[in-house]
Amino acid sequence: MVENGIGASLKRKEDNRFLTGKGNYTDDINRPGQTHVYIVRSPHAHATINSVDISAAKAAPGVVAVYGGQDLIDDAVGGLVCGASVTGKGGEVNKTPPRNVLTIDKARFVGDPIIAVIAETLAQAKDAAELVEIDYTELPSTVSTANSDADGAPQLHEECPNNVALDWELGDKAAVDAAFAAAHKTAKVELINNRMVTNAMEPRAAVGEYNSGTDEITLYVTSQNPHVHRLVMSAFMNIAPEHKFRVVAPDVGGGFGSKIFTYNEEAICAWAAKKINRPVKWTSDRSEGFMSDAHGRDHVSTAEMALDADGKFLGMRVNSKGNMGAYLQLFSVSIPTLFHGFLLAGQYTTPAIYLEMRCVMTNTAPVDAARGAGRPEATYLLERLVDVSAREMGLDPAEIRRRNFIKADQMPYQTPVVQCYDSGDYHASLDKALGMSDYDGFSARQAEAKGRGKLRGIGLSSYIEACGVAPSAAVGSLGVGVGLWESAQVRFNPTGGVTVFTGTHSHGQGHETAFAQLVTDRLGVPVEQVEVVHGDTDKGQFGMGTYGSRSLPVGGVAIVNACDKIIAKGKKIAAHTLEASEDDIEFGEGNFTVAGTDKTMNIAEVAFTAYVPHNYPEGVEPGLDEIAFFDPLNFSFPAGAHVCEVEIDPDTGTLEIVNYTAIDDFGVLVNPMIVEGQVHGGLAHGIGQALLEGCVYDEDSGQLVSGSFMDYCMPRADNLPSFNVDYCPTVPLHNPLGVKGCGEAGAIAAPPAVINAIVNALDIKHLDMPATPEKLWRAAQAAG
Amino acid sequence: MYDFNFHSASSAHDAAAKLAASDDGSVMAGGQTLIPVLKQRLANPSDVISLAGAGLSGITKNGDGVTIGATTTHAAVAGSGDVPAALRSVAEGIGDAQVRNRGTLGGSIANNDPAADYPAALLGLGATITTNQRDIAADDFFTGLFETALNDGEIIKSVTFPNATKAAYAKFPNPASRFAMVGVFVAQAADGVRVAVTGATDCAHRGPKLEAALSANWSASALDGITIPADHLNSDIHGSAEYRANLVIVMAKRAVEAAG
Repeated sequence: MVENGIGASLKRKEDNRFLTGKGNYTDDINRPGQTHVYIVRSPHAHATINSVDISAAKAAPGVVAVYGGQDLIDDAVGGLVCGASVTGKGGEVNKTPPRNVLTIDKARFVGDPIIAVIAETLAQAKDAAELVEIDYTELPSTVSTANSDADGAPQLHEECPNNVALDWELGDKAAVDAAFAAAHKTAKVELINNRMVTNAMEPRAAVGEYNSGTDEITLYVTSQNPHVHRLVMSAFMNIAPEHKFRVVAPDVGGGFGSKIFTYNEEAICAWAAKKINRPVKWTSDRSEGFMSDAHGRDHVSTAEMALDADGKFLGMRVNSKGNMGAYLQLFSVSIPTLFHGFLLAGQYTTPAIYLEMRCVMTNTAPVDAARGAGRPEATYLLERLVDVSAREMGLDPAEIRRRNFIKADQMPYQTPVVQCYDSGDYHASLDKALGMSDYDGFSARQAEAKGRGKLRGIGLSSYIEACGVAPSAAVGSLGVGVGLWESAQVRFNPTGGVTVFTGTHSHGQGHETAFAQLVTDRLGVPVEQVEVVHGDTDKGQFGMGTYGSRSLPVGGVAIVNACDKIIAKGKKIAAHTLEASEDDIEFGEGNFTVAGTDKTMNIAEVAFTAYVPHNYPEGVEPGLDEIAFFDPLNFSFPAGAHVCEVEIDPDTGTLEIVNYTAIDDFGVLVNPMIVEGQVHGGLAHGIGQALLEGCVYDEDSGQLVSGSFMDYCMPRADNLPSFNVDYCPTVPLHNPLGVKGCGEAGAIAAPPAVINAIVNALDIKHLDMPATPEKLWRAAQAAG
Repeated sequence: MYDFNFHSASSAHDAAAKLAASDDGSVMAGGQTLIPVLKQRLANPSDVISLAGAGLSGITKNGDGVTIGATTTHAAVAGSGDVPAALRSVAEGIGDAQVRNRGTLGGSIANNDPAADYPAALLGLGATITTNQRDIAADDFFTGLFETALNDGEIIKSVTFPNATKAAYAKFPNPASRFAMVGVFVAQAADGVRVAVTGATDCAHRGPKLEAALSANWSASALDGITIPADHLNSDIHGSAEYRANLVIVMAKRAVEAAG
């Protein structure tokens, strides 16, 4: 057993610099001669831009340049792109309206960037920005997910009649209709999946720099995927060819999906740095972040279940609308379709499922992937519908789940909605969760709470997600414009230390520790001697970055595959040195040994020999440095059962989560401490959505009402209980490491667990998120 | 933030002089409202005159009550053994630790945010505000949305809180900002029962209906059946007027129970 390998709760290597203020974030980076850009944004939700006068701004003190959208077009800079082309009803692919980096004719949401003012200081840029005169004609706006496709609604883009970007369907409609016709009972729920702003602790930022000597552009940027940033900005936006374009994503303080995408301000920094031949810096303030970061979720849905007399699910029908905002962001329509629809089977054997999803444009910030990305929406809808079904049938929510679970011995299991699950034991995880949460003792606790005037409820969530995104061929066939493999390079230095280059990116996940543990486990090198490098296109090979809980299931496998190449080469070198046949060399715990003898050679010695090859096997290249790319054969399928118990004060609607149990199947845990931290963070995210967070636009004016932390409520430590976390692992068929991914599970599982507990406490059918005190108070009053 | 001239005043008198000498100056106590407003470019004062060095901080107890200097921080009030428990609890519930270590009593009441906590305490305890010009009764001080009885150039020096027999504050915080969605301060003092409500309307105010009921019977149950009309109450994305009307009664009951 190797010390500090897989399974060790090693403290995070990166925390020394994070906790001592030595992190290097984008805003910490300042380049000689640097200028600052400030963006003039639309104050209107929808307006025609009649004219723009920048003359006063250009003449203001310290101003270096003032640019509008036409300036980028004149330089052949392309607009922002949508990487999804999803085929909808009638074979029609989503309509993607063009989006200039700076909008020219029309503003389509509050915060839409119009003019970039570059000055010596940020204060001067802001002063000059106030002198930019824009003549608008305000237009009626629509922010409503439910109604923006209605007749007479204000129209955003001529490319999208009735504001519809895509009408998508999935599944066998006839089979579902037949199931409903034959049903003993049906259940129905109408629900909203509330819009969220991810609010990473570190706001977005960018610094562009141009080297006229080499004709190279460098962009320091808050990115979850620097190579993808480079690819998009090179191939589609024409900022610079890839070989002349370096993108650095240094320490990044949280992403949650919002830093996957290529944003307007980043393109401006990269382009303008060359234009003015000086570095250009932009750092979002929190207000700008609220209005211009990609938002998440925002569905309205009607979901129905057909049940037989035993409570078995016969068919499920869903009709939804997903709000895309004013423009299609990078993944956009793929989230409410592919990443949402393919998870609608959940943990159940429902034989027929039919989903209609309409993706609509509104005068709001673009909506795209946010922690879970489509899977929280699917899980919330399904797990709410399951509880409503239990209520209709008079069954206990645990019992109706058991009657419908896919059994462990049915794996691999082909669902009717594309995904084929490769592992999972849903009965086992539910049983464990019910045991740990003392589900059977709930009624006594409820009675005791009633004596104190409190309404106590318990709720379940049996969730599944598809992680480890993703098999390239599979996503390619569905219209995602990239391959989703991952890369790694494992480089021995001559003196035995190892540098690992990963194509993933860590922005809080602890890769520098967990990935070092993988190398330690595989190669037996002490973990202190393994350094993980990521986030710089000039250092590491091309990689796809971090999102969709993919870093370990995809990127981790690439690392161990590179390690295996190291071992294979090391065997040749050791065999030569130890004067044995390569076939007789065994490797373990860092040593190459001639089988059955005490002749051995440590891997550090092998590395040294590889770099000082005085006595070296013929035909073997010097050096010990291997690269591997891994394309997964399937998604991974983390799953689990969560139990939430709440108490509600009927006088005020105040809610307390009094118990929260999370049983998750993440397969093998590389660093259980980091995994538990990811579970806690995900739960905070999911509980935040269920109880606190809601991005609100004013229906009439289209103004962003929840534009600061004074009105947008993020979860705080005192909103959360002490979580009971445990695991119920199963072995995935397709993942060589046996891992499944853990970063999104809490955000996916928690919302229905919380709402199911609330409706149980109040004995009502449904309550929309966020379950604010007022909503709870009203429901409690109505329930008497 | 726009440029401004910064001054440090050595006394309330000095602050008033500097204010008078400025084109469009602002006085700053703890800066917990002014600085965010400046950072957002929502205010553009010619001069900012800090009271931090004006000698207005401190807590003095005497037989009749306690006098708290205008620039005494919330943290200092919350941590003082000379301050009655009800007032300490008000200070403890303001903002977060950073705000409490910077924000001041005088700054809070001069700003008179409709959701601030201190105005309810001053009204509930029948406090007296001492300025560089005069003494003002709390009942006369809070006049409207972000408005007070302070004249131009008038600077708060201290607030004197008379002793109460019983007193407590119950607050329902806005989940996001943690300002008071509704806060109710109740007190039983020599001159009778006082009830003050903050967060519910555009300005903290006395609750005569609640005072009458509690004067007759100092118990939470005395408020059973009393309703507050929602007509003039605040309404926003966090809570409707109707909800706030309910909270006024619930918080008043809880304050009475806490006061004992």
